[in-house]
Amino acid sequence: MFEGWDAVALARAQFAFTMSFHIIFPAFSIGLASYLAVLEALWLWTGREVFINLFHYWLKIFAVAFGMGVVSGIVMSYQFGTNWSAFSDKTGPVIGPLMAYEVLTAFFLEAGFLGVMLFGLNRVGPRLHFLATLMVAVGTLISAFWILSSNSWMQTPTGYAVNASGQFVAADWLKVVFNPSFPYRLVHMVLAAYLTTALVVGAVGAYHLLRDQHLAGPRVMFSMAMWMATFVAPIQILAGDQHGLNTLEHQPVKIMAMEGHYQSHKDGAPLILFGWPNQTAGRVDYAVEIPKLGSVILKHSPTAPMAGLNTVPRENWPPVPITFWSFRIMVGLGFLMMGLGLLSAWMRWRGQLYSSRFLHTFAMLMGPAGFIAVLAGWITTETGRQPFTVYGLLRTADSASPLAAPAVGSSLLAFVIVYFAVFTAGVIYLLRLMAAPPHPGEAGPPRDVPARAAGITPAAAAAAEGAR
Amino acid sequence: MSVAVDLATVWAFIIAFAVFVYIVMDGFDLGLGILFPLFTKKADRDVIMNSVAPVWDGNETWLVLGGGGLMAAFPLAYAVLMPALYTPVIAMLVGLIFRGVAFEFRWRTQRQRNRWDIAFFGGSLVAALAQGVALGAILQGVHVEGRQYGGGWWDWLTPFSVLTGISVMVGYTLLGATWLVMKTEGALRDKAYQLSWLLLFAMLGAIGAVSIATPFLSVQYTQRWFTWPNIILTAPVPIAVAGVTVLLLRSLANKYDYQPFFLTLALFFLSYAGLGISMYPYIVPQSITIWEAASPANSQIFMLVGVAILIPLILAYTGWSYWVFRGKVRPGSGYH
Repeated sequence: MFEGWDAVALARAQFAFTMSFHIIFPAFSIGLASYLAVLEALWLWTGREVFINLFHYWLKIFAVAFGMGVVSGIVMSYQFGTNWSAFSDKTGPVIGPLMAYEVLTAFFLEAGFLGVMLFGLNRVGPRLHFLATLMVAVGTLISAFWILSSNSWMQTPTGYAVNASGQFVAADWLKVVFNPSFPYRLVHMVLAAYLTTALVVGAVGAYHLLRDQHLAGPRVMFSMAMWMATFVAPIQILAGDQHGLNTLEHQPVKIMAMEGHYQSHKDGAPLILFGWPNQTAGRVDYAVEIPKLGSVILKHSPTAPMAGLNTVPRENWPPVPITFWSFRIMVGLGFLMMGLGLLSAWMRWRGQLYSSRFLHTFAMLMGPAGFIAVLAGWITTETGRQPFTVYGLLRTADSASPLAAPAVGSSLLAFVIVYFAVFTAGVIYLLRLMAAPPHPGEAGPPRDVPARAAGITPAAAAAAEGAR
Repeated sequence: MSVAVDLATVWAFIIAFAVFVYIVMDGFDLGLGILFPLFTKKADRDVIMNSVAPVWDGNETWLVLGGGGLMAAFPLAYAVLMPALYTPVIAMLVGLIFRGVAFEFRWRTQRQRNRWDIAFFGGSLVAALAQGVALGAILQGVHVEGRQYGGGWWDWLTPFSVLTGISVMVGYTLLGATWLVMKTEGALRDKAYQLSWLLLFAMLGAIGAVSIATPFLSVQYTQRWFTWPNIILTAPVPIAVAGVTVLLLRSLANKYDYQPFFLTLALFFLSYAGLGISMYPYIVPQSITIWEAASPANSQIFMLVGVAILIPLILAYTGWSYWVFRGKVRPGSGYH
């Protein structure tokens, strides 16, 4: 099987596939961990029962999503070695320590306090339990810090030297960690995680409000989620714009691909809204464009000249059609999110936040939008970096393991089958949890039952209800 | 053999420490999965699962540290070993996926619970076997060309690697059985005692078989263990194994609930130290030493600062988490 296939292409497919599955879970759990911390803090502060109900409701969902994130993450940490051994050898001295710090400062923190967060409320009391929740939330953010730092170093490498064995080595760790694109990417990604979670929380709230607009839990979660959308979506668009300007400075070729600028424009570049990038011919077919607007957005001047891909050697072109379209999907969804935020603010002002069926339907449909936007954004930035793994310095083709196609193809096939089997089941279980509304006295970890909470086991919860 | 204290050696010990902590923490965890089919009652399975559910995630994090740390401290070794161990590593990852999600999934469905119980068993079994096979494949050495692995993707499969695969699986299962002895009560504990007896003899057989087979792999191993003056350093290892075995048999006979688990860990430690004696100073046996594979000093120092501060902290809060969930796990149904 897979004889005659290109091993590097298969390895890339495998990375894209396993990474795309993985990123969904952290994107959700970064936001959800913070949301849980907020809910628990509100409960401790106000003592209102609705907050602890919501906490337990989302905690069950968090447990399932976090588990899937952990197992798909272990795959990522070994994939660098299995499929990208040449990359690992060459970049290990620089990005290896960043990832080791991620494990030491983030993964252990999350894992160490997760057990107490999930099962320990009645064993350690509310205050220590809140500390555990907080540590898990902080852990997810620290994790984002390190992994985005190492990814950003691959995009905009600074602070490095090359040794006699051809390895990248650190010359200045501060410059390695805080490389030029890192702050922008970190802000953009963390906001994306928060928005993604807010949209899911909002969609679940909307779904239950469509059935009964008087439910306390769904009203609170819908309102909180819409506040997030109102404020964070516009901030995210601003952050994305700044990230784009940073990319123009450090990775201009990626911007050319995102904008579909095959040609150079001496006197102001157009903004191509839609079209079909034709990589062979080096032009965008059926382009719908607004003259000069590209230069206005990127250079803040209608007549600023913009270089195109025709100034770049062809072997250094990223795959424009993918980058071009994934970018448009991300931006389009971003504006829809802002639309939802503004609409909800308007409805809130008019006192129809909990009664507008249109708003609830819109919010429900936007439930998965965050995930799609996150995936589209990552596809944009990663394919836009091609054909390099370390931008401009190490080519993807020189990064792969010395493996024959059958090995890489077989493992890819194994991952595809396993991921679809396992994660489809997981997503069904998550949707099932979300389909039930949170109710008063939402089961949490009952006293004295060790480890596993009755609320988390359907059988035990049923037994508890029977006993009442 | 002399041990020079330098950065690369320090890091070799740190990686070895991370891998050993992983074995200590996840060995029994995988062992419980392997024992799962022997306990058919749902109540028993719930208790087994509950005894480890709060800590399994932290346990597997040590595996990530082992892998990530290897890439950071010895990138060349990571780059050579991972393609050489391609199939066992992929098999291990797939196994860990199935058993990891089973912890949550089996509570989310009534109809398909059995399916996730099988996933928990199968995933644990495959992961344990794959780790043992990987160990054997490293010990027997891999084909290196330049700075890369130069062999095929089935080179790891030999009678020796199969032997180490089965040995590690047996050892993990013994850890799982003695864990249950410690964490459970009544009929469940009695059954765990019976299994521990059987598995202890199987593990002793496995330690014997691997010890006999290893010197045949390479002259270096033979010289390391059986020549003067090394034998002064190496002889205490088998003697200590014999001593621990006696204590272990006694603790099983007298039903000291807490001792068998820790004595089994001592057996693991001795076997692991034996492996270290065989391999040092090679990180890829017979091909690449720890100094050849080491990252530049500034990478190793940068990480050493973090390790020195964070590992004690991690051990402290991990210990706290175990402390919170200490004691015997009782069936949840008794409280409704």
